[in-house]
Amino acid sequence: MEPRHYIEFQDVSFQYPNSEDWALKGVSFHIKPNEWVAIIGHNGSGKSTIAKLMNGLLSPQQGTIHVQELPINQETIWDVRKKVGMVFQNPDNQFVGTTVIDDVAFGLENHGIPREDMQKRISYSLKAVNMEEYVNHEPHNLSGGQKQRVAIASVLAVEPELIILDEATAMLDPKGRNSIMNTVHQVRQDRDVSVVTITHDLNEVLFADRVIVMNEGNVWFEGTPREVFQKHDELQAIGLDTPFVTQLSRHLNKLGISLHKEPLTHKDLMDELWTLHSTR
Amino acid sequence: MSNSVIIGQYVPGHSPIHRLDPRMKIAIIFIFVIVIFLANNWVSYSILTAFALLSTISTRIAPSFILKGLKPVWFLIIFTFILHLVVTKEGDVLISVLNFDIYSGAIWKGLEISLRFFLLILMTSLLTLTTTPISITDAIESLFHPLNKIRFPVHELALMMSISLRFIPTLMQETDKISKAQASRGVDFRTGPIKERIKAVVPLLVPLFVSAFKRAEELAMAMEARGYNGGEGRTKFRELKLKKADLFVLIFFILVLIGFWISRS
Ligand SMILES: Nc1ncnc2c1ncn2[C@@H]1O[C@H](COP(=O)(O)OP(=O)(O)OP(=O)(O)O)[C@@H](O)[C@H]1O
Ligand SMILES: [Mg+2]
Repeated sequence: MEPRHYIEFQDVSFQYPNSEDWALKGVSFHIKPNEWVAIIGHNGSGKSTIAKLMNGLLSPQQGTIHVQELPINQETIWDVRKKVGMVFQNPDNQFVGTTVIDDVAFGLENHGIPREDMQKRISYSLKAVNMEEYVNHEPHNLSGGQKQRVAIASVLAVEPELIILDEATAMLDPKGRNSIMNTVHQVRQDRDVSVVTITHDLNEVLFADRVIVMNEGNVWFEGTPREVFQKHDELQAIGLDTPFVTQLSRHLNKLGISLHKEPLTHKDLMDELWTLHSTR
Repeated sequence: MSNSVIIGQYVPGHSPIHRLDPRMKIAIIFIFVIVIFLANNWVSYSILTAFALLSTISTRIAPSFILKGLKPVWFLIIFTFILHLVVTKEGDVLISVLNFDIYSGAIWKGLEISLRFFLLILMTSLLTLTTTPISITDAIESLFHPLNKIRFPVHELALMMSISLRFIPTLMQETDKISKAQASRGVDFRTGPIKERIKAVVPLLVPLFVSAFKRAEELAMAMEARGYNGGEGRTKFRELKLKKADLFVLIFFILVLIGFWISRS
């Protein structure tokens, strides 16, 4: 039977060795199989720390973390890193190989995948991110967005069950961001995989099934994107913004134009507006 | 970046030399370099020169390109020749210029040393001209593999080389960016007394080092996240396999060596 929770944090606290403050203070949450969860929060609220705890790059001083009901420890850690893939913020500083194909191969080599399987997995995963034409390109000839897509391909090749994107689009232009988000969507259509996106981009949050809001090392709120953005004023109090569409509909509300349900996307808002009279 | 120096610059191609197993190339060049110092008459030198020229032609890279790329080395070759003319005092006096005697032995010696030097540089540059740096790295890892037994960190060294290769262009781009940023703030790298210019490099190097260390830290983290755990239990994607052509070249080289040995006096 598939476990109910893919990853479970129970009362996890973490402190960096050279720091006095706790980066995480008793954090509990879970991620279900096949779920897309967004984590938001102000700078230094502990988002990256959570990501690094999820695949054992850090280990907590207190509390437990289970991946598929197995605790992360010295015996399970390599298995966990195979199942939990991670894409970081800087496109350059995670590109290990001298060419695209070498970079995708790097993860496979680490996990001891036999040579015969590599080629198949590499072409499959490069195709999934639309980079199959660039196999022999060197990193300095690729754009930031292309490098990030290669990073996703490198993670995909290992056939992970969870992909963490830690501000993976932060250094990209809007076009690059879109291409990454579309890539993740496509990947999720093809296979069962959970996704955790850590982001400051509110439009990315809308893609998620669930949002975890972090504040000063605590889980501040958990809910659907709609539920989160309804807490407009409280979010601003902890230094977070809401998307343009939510803000607009709030202002409309103040002007006495009350919309039926809170729209989240441009399309929702448009539909609400042009049907405003007929539904009244 | 200077384009005139070709030592260490790969020229893409499909010549027989390009396709040769990099380990074979390294081994042949290594032996060749030793053998150059064993040549002792004009026949043995001719054999080696012929082999070197044949190799050069087989790369299908324009000889003019190769020679032009060796420009900085020409100076050294000519310098060595002149040095020998001045220093060596063997054989008969050929000509005497301004109280200065030039001996016949000096010319022979000078030519010999210059030729050795030339062949040595030519052959080693053929390696880098026809082999990608990453293939050279693979070859070194493979050739040094036996040293693993005495706990020599072969894999780590090869990985270090390949990561350096991967980051050279990135750091070059970054240097360019920083130097432009500093130039726009009035830092002058190109003119003025040497002391000032050296001082001007400091604001270039400091940010470069800071960023390089940051990169190294993030890269280490990313590598660990992707399951890197040292060389043990790792498989290898790139595989070097000796082909028939490699064996033919090896046999040919051995024949050349035998001919060379016989011709030595
Ligand atoms: N290597 C480290 N050593 C010491 N303290 C650290 C280290 N990394 C992070 N911290 C501290 O831990 C806290 C949480 O950091 P974390 O990187 O998890 O934040 P974040 O939510 O990812 O922030 P951002 O949005 O800026 O990426 C911060 O107060 C930060 O200063
Ligand atoms: Mg972070």
